[in-house]
Parts: sequence; C-alpha cells; structure tokens
Amino acid sequence: MSELRQIAFYGKGGIGKSTTSQNTLAAMCHYYGQKILIVGCDPKADSTRLILHEKAQNTIMQLASEAGSVEDLELEDVCKAGAGEFNPDDTEFSDGYIMCTESGGPEPGVGCAGRGVITAINFLEEEGAYDDELDFVSYDVLGDVVCGGFAMPIREGKAQEIYIVMSGEMMAMYAANNISKGILKYANTGGVRLAGLICNARMTDREYDLAKNLATQIGTQMIHFVPRSNHVQRAELRRMTVVEFSPKSEQALEYKELARKIIANDLKVIPTPLEMDDLENLLMEFGLEEEVEEDAIGKRAEEA
Amino acid sequence: MGPETLENLQNEAIEEVLKAYPAKAAKNRAKHLGVDTPDGVKGACDSTRSNKQTVPGVMSQRGCAYAGSKGVVWGPIKDMIHISHGPIGCGQYSRAGRRNYYIGTTGIDTFVTMNFSTDFGEKDIVFGGDKKLKKALEEIDELFPLNNGISVQSECPIGLIGDDIQAVAKKHKADSSKPTIAVSCEGFRGVSQSLGHHIANDMIRDEVMPDASARKDFDSTEYDVAIIGDYNIGGDAWSSRILLEEMGLRVIAQWSGDATYKELAIAPKAKLNLLHCYRSMNYISRHMEQEFGVPWMEYNFFGPSKTTESLRKIAEFFGPEIQEKTEAVIAKYTKMTDEVIAKYKSKLEGKKVMLYVGGLRPRHVIGAYEDLGMEIIGTGYEFGHGDDYKRTKDEIERSTLIYDDVNEYELEKFVQKLKPDLVASGVKEKYVFQKMGLPFRQMHSWDYSGPYHGYDAFAIFAKDMDLALNSPVWSHTKAPWEKTEEVGA
Repeated sequence: MSELRQIAFYGKGGIGKSTTSQNTLAAMCHYYGQKILIVGCDPKADSTRLILHEKAQNTIMQLASEAGSVEDLELEDVCKAGAGEFNPDDTEFSDGYIMCTESGGPEPGVGCAGRGVITAINFLEEEGAYDDELDFVSYDVLGDVVCGGFAMPIREGKAQEIYIVMSGEMMAMYAANNISKGILKYANTGGVRLAGLICNARMTDREYDLAKNLATQIGTQMIHFVPRSNHVQRAELRRMTVVEFSPKSEQALEYKELARKIIANDLKVIPTPLEMDDLENLLMEFGLEEEVEEDAIGKRAEEA
Repeated sequence: MGPETLENLQNEAIEEVLKAYPAKAAKNRAKHLGVDTPDGVKGACDSTRSNKQTVPGVMSQRGCAYAGSKGVVWGPIKDMIHISHGPIGCGQYSRAGRRNYYIGTTGIDTFVTMNFSTDFGEKDIVFGGDKKLKKALEEIDELFPLNNGISVQSECPIGLIGDDIQAVAKKHKADSSKPTIAVSCEGFRGVSQSLGHHIANDMIRDEVMPDASARKDFDSTEYDVAIIGDYNIGGDAWSSRILLEEMGLRVIAQWSGDATYKELAIAPKAKLNLLHCYRSMNYISRHMEQEFGVPWMEYNFFGPSKTTESLRKIAEFFGPEIQEKTEAVIAKYTKMTDEVIAKYKSKLEGKKVMLYVGGLRPRHVIGAYEDLGMEIIGTGYEFGHGDDYKRTKDEIERSTLIYDDVNEYELEKFVQKLKPDLVASGVKEKYVFQKMGLPFRQMHSWDYSGPYHGYDAFAIFAKDMDLALNSPVWSHTKAPWEKTEEVGA
C-alpha cells in the first residue's frame, strides 16, 4: 500500500472548485480504485454533496456546537461514507471508496470561519481519521487564503500538493497567483508544494494558452484543461458527479484523465508567483487587455 | 569621569544599562531613560519618550487595554455587573485583585469581587458569541435583579471575530431599561493599559453622561464636588472624602472606587471635579468641562505636605468660608501628622527610595516619602504619557533617574548601581528585590495595607515604610560564609 497523499483544492470563489474536486475525486475512486477522505473546509459545506447525494452533510462545527464542544464528538458522528458506488461496501466498479467530512462554520458575517477549519482539522487528526487504508486526503478550501485558518490545510504535516482551480478570466488568474503566494510562504517552513493548475474552462479567448503560460510562469504545469460541459450541471441537479451519472461520457473521461494525471503526478514545485505588473503584462501579451496609457487609468470609456 | 555625585551616578547607570543592548534597542531605550533635577533646566521630565510600543523580548510590567478598562475604570463601579466577554482567563486572573473596597452585600446589590464571564470556547469563536452574550445578560438580570446596569468588557477574541456587541447591548438596554454598555477594550489595542482607560472614559462619555434621568431631581448645593480617579484601593477614597467633608464640601460622587452607576451619572452636577489619577480619568474630566462646564482640579492626598497644599488649593476655589474651615482641618490633622513624623522620621531619614509604578503614583507619592525625610532618587511610569512626565518635574526634590516602561533587567541594574534602601513597585518586582536582600513595598496594592490617601492614612504609610525598612529580618539575609568574623562574633 502506498503512502497517504494529502492534497488540496484551492481557487477563486465561484470558479467551480467543489464541482471539479468532487468529479476528479470520484474519477480517482471509480476508475482507479483510490480510497479517499474529503475534508470540506468551507462554511457552505458543499464539498461533499455530490458524493453523498445530499443537500449538505452535518458539519463538524455544527455538531460540536450542538454537543457542547468538539471534544464531545466521535469520528463516526462527522465522517460519512459516500453514497452508492463510493461506499466502502460497494465494490461494483472498484475497491475504492470516499469518506466525507465537512468542517462547517458560521453563517456569513459572524464568528470566525478560519478558526472553524483549524478546529475541525485538529479534531480529525486527533481522532485518527487519516487511517492507514486511505490513499488520499483531499481538502476543498473556500476562495482565497484570506487568513491563517484557511491556510491551515497547507501547513506542516497537512496537504503537500496543492491544485489550483482557475480559468482564463483575469480575476481567477489573480486569485491563482495569490494562492501561490500563500503556498510560497508555507513552502519554506513546511513541505507544501504547488502541484498544478486545473483550468476549469469558461471558454474565454485563448484560455488554453493563457492558462498554460501562467502555469509556466508560476513554475508549475497546467495539469488539465477541463472543457465546459452542460453534462456536469445535469449531473449536479441530481446531486451526482458526472462520473457516476454517466461514466462513459466524454466529460467523465476528461475527469478520468485528470484523475490519472494527479495519481501519477510527480511535478511538485515551490511556486514563483508573479508581481502584479507581470500578471497584467501577461494578459496584455495574450491580447486580452489593450495596453493602456498612464493617463487613461481610472477614466470611463466615454472619457478616454 | 566627573565627581561622585548622584547625578553622575545616575547618568553612568543609564550608559551601563544601554551597553547590553543591540544598537537598535539601545537607541530606542535611550529615549525612555534620563536624569532630571528640580532646578529650572529642562531635563528628562521634559523629553522622556513614553506611551510607545515596548521593545519586544524584554520583561515589561505593562497591562493591556482590557486591564485598563475592566480592571481600573469600570470594575470598581459596585452596583453594576461587569462581564469579562471572552475566554475565562482574563476575567478570573483580574478578579478582585485590585482591592477596590466597597460597601454593600456582594452578590445582592454589589458585585465588585465577583467574576462574570461568558467563558468562550471554540464554538463561540467559530460561530460568534453574540447569542451567548445575550443569554448572559438575560441570566444576570434574572439572577441578580438588583444590579443597576451591566458593562461588557471585550477580551481580545471579540475584536478578532468582529462580534457586534454594541448591537447586543443596545437591544438589552431597550428590553431591560437598564444601562447596558459594551466596551471594545480588546487587549491588543494600543501599547498598554492606558488606551483601555481612554476607551473606558469614552464609553462613560457616550453612554453614561447623556443619561440625564439621574440628574433630574438632583438637589444641588454650592459645595458639591466629585472625586475623580480614586479607586478606593484599601479605602483611599474614604480617607479622602472625610477631609473634603470636614472642610464643608459635599462629595456627590466617587469615581470609581465604591461608586454606583448613579454617582457616575450625577457627576456633571458637581461644582468642581477633583482629579486624583490624572492618567486614567483626565479624558472624562475634560469632557465634563466642555460639555457641562464643570471645572476640574488636580490634587494630591499622599503625605501631609501635599495634602495640605491640595486642601488649600481646593478651598481657594470655594472662597473664604471654606478656607476658614479648611485651616481648622489642617491645624487639627497637622498635630497628628507631626507626631507621626516625630515618631518615624529619625528611623527613615536619608533612606533612598526608587519607585516604579503606574498612573499617578510615580510622582504623587514622592511628597509622602519626602515628608518622612526619605529621598526619591529614581521614578518611572509603566504607561505614562508626556504630560505625566512634565508634571513630575514639580515633584522631584533632587537629581532623579527617570525610566519609562522600564523592564526587569534595567530596573535591576539601576538598583544595583544606585543602591537604594527601599524599592517601591509592584508584585512582579517584589520578590526580585526582596531576594536581593532589599526592603520592598508594593505601591499598587499598598502591599495589602492602606489606605494611603489623606492625613489619617499617612500614619499607616509611615508605619508600613518603617516595617519594610527596619525589620530585623534584613540582618539575617547574609549567608553564614559571607559574614565577616566581627559580624558573627
């Protein structure tokens, strides 16, 4: 049995992180028999719903709050086996399975979601959730590395491989670059490495080239270019991954290919994030932005 | 090297202390240290840098904003309940530590020595503590119906997670029709407890001062005064107010030792605000002057000389009738304090003292020591500002070493160099110096003695200093192998 690999998915909010991560992990389980634990690190708790066929599972913090404190919880309370083929008892497609936990957290606007992530991960470690049978632990983390709590999954002894979900849109690229900065900070103290960009295509202009170029500049690879497909949305409405919904579809095979690459991936680097100016230059180079004169900055279209 | 004068010794001490530091720290600390003399030349009291961030890595004696607000200003208000909002430690370790005496039945109508805490756990951090605070407020009103208001004293996490305690307090105030005041005095704010005093003052300004209901039916007299900045440590405010009352004034409020909420609210009715601890309550005194036209006057009730001087200054404000009575009061007590001086001065005269305290004491207690013939050769403030140091100039009697936010290392070095007979500071310093074989008095808590304010208290002060200095215990501090034969013989 191979050693446990801890990976994490980061990326700009709304980019399709949870969808991409769940489909990819489903593919790793379905086609390659991997045994996986998902740790959702987002108060929305939507990192496991496609695996569980549920709206949202009970979260660690929610249960801890009801029980009194996190010390009052048992691992079984918070760790749920995936539905259907992802259940350990279901061996129809493979021996693989997916276990699901969600850290949970407060309603928007109150409390400290970052602390919730820290508390939840500490709990899972102390309770021995990362057992010897697992091949992968996967963290799905909200948005950006906004504070210490959301950097928890990339600290010493946690996720060693980070996959950044992005697209060819400017803000998604900014976010990817920012996350690289967060990784760089912890790369020197812990062992975290950037393992690749996953381009969740929005079908913007020259998206493939742009993503690939950004990856090169940050010092990593674009590990896969996932084309847009309505099939994914159709599956999501049934609270399923496309892998489970229609495993022979083209889109499922894209995730299969991404899954294969991740399992085989040995390119793990300390990223070299770009300065803001370089990032803007990159976008200009690909013709997404026209070069703007100094005195035009901040002017409206009709003024310029 | 110059002649062996006190001033030269003090300057040498600073030089030696700074030598141990890396260049950057030495440059910083040099600005906080200096020497000043009573003559006209401007010295350290004019230029000492203060109210700045402590150098990281040294043992500072400073507190935090929460300590300044809950521990100093709000905590002593006896008929209100003060919630330490956050994890349990801040509340429990600051509980009843300051000996703010009060009259009342604890747990029924007064609550000073009790600890009320929301006892935050992980889930409160993650989900926010507003609901818990609301529940605590409701429980308090149910369990302690005679409370006359609640203050919420924020600990650090509240500011970090951004709980809206102001909204919770406002709601509860509307529901209970009792004062409910949320104070954002998170410990990480500012460089010391000093900002906590300011924040606490601002909340009194915003939440208590506008409450005119308490003042509505108030019958004023021409001789109403309020004591501001006396926390009644060991009964200080009580031994102060009897003097003011004997001279014909009426003390309508004590801020905030043994105070009630109502006393806070009626203070603007005073004809004169008497300010003892300038550092912690100058803000609200200025506000009452601007907003209500109440003048304020600083005074000093440590030792007979300063007390007499202060009484005369206060009496002058009220005119001949009060002045006449005041002279009678002074005459009566001077007889007593002369006897105290006669009894102790011979045993204490010429003894050198180094002070390191907070608030008003680094300057205010100098007179009391000097009345006993003792000599202050060093003093410093934990959290003073420039205006405190400027005021110190008038109090020093000889060349004095001035040290701002002095750390354990510096103070120890200074003491070794200047060889005082007594160190007067806080509990954190106490055992350092006692173990060096030096007499020591705590001048925050009066070493569980007191009061030290006013004429009567001077007898206690003198006795305490005599006990500390002349205790036979000091003859036993030398190890047998260090004793010379003559001593042993």
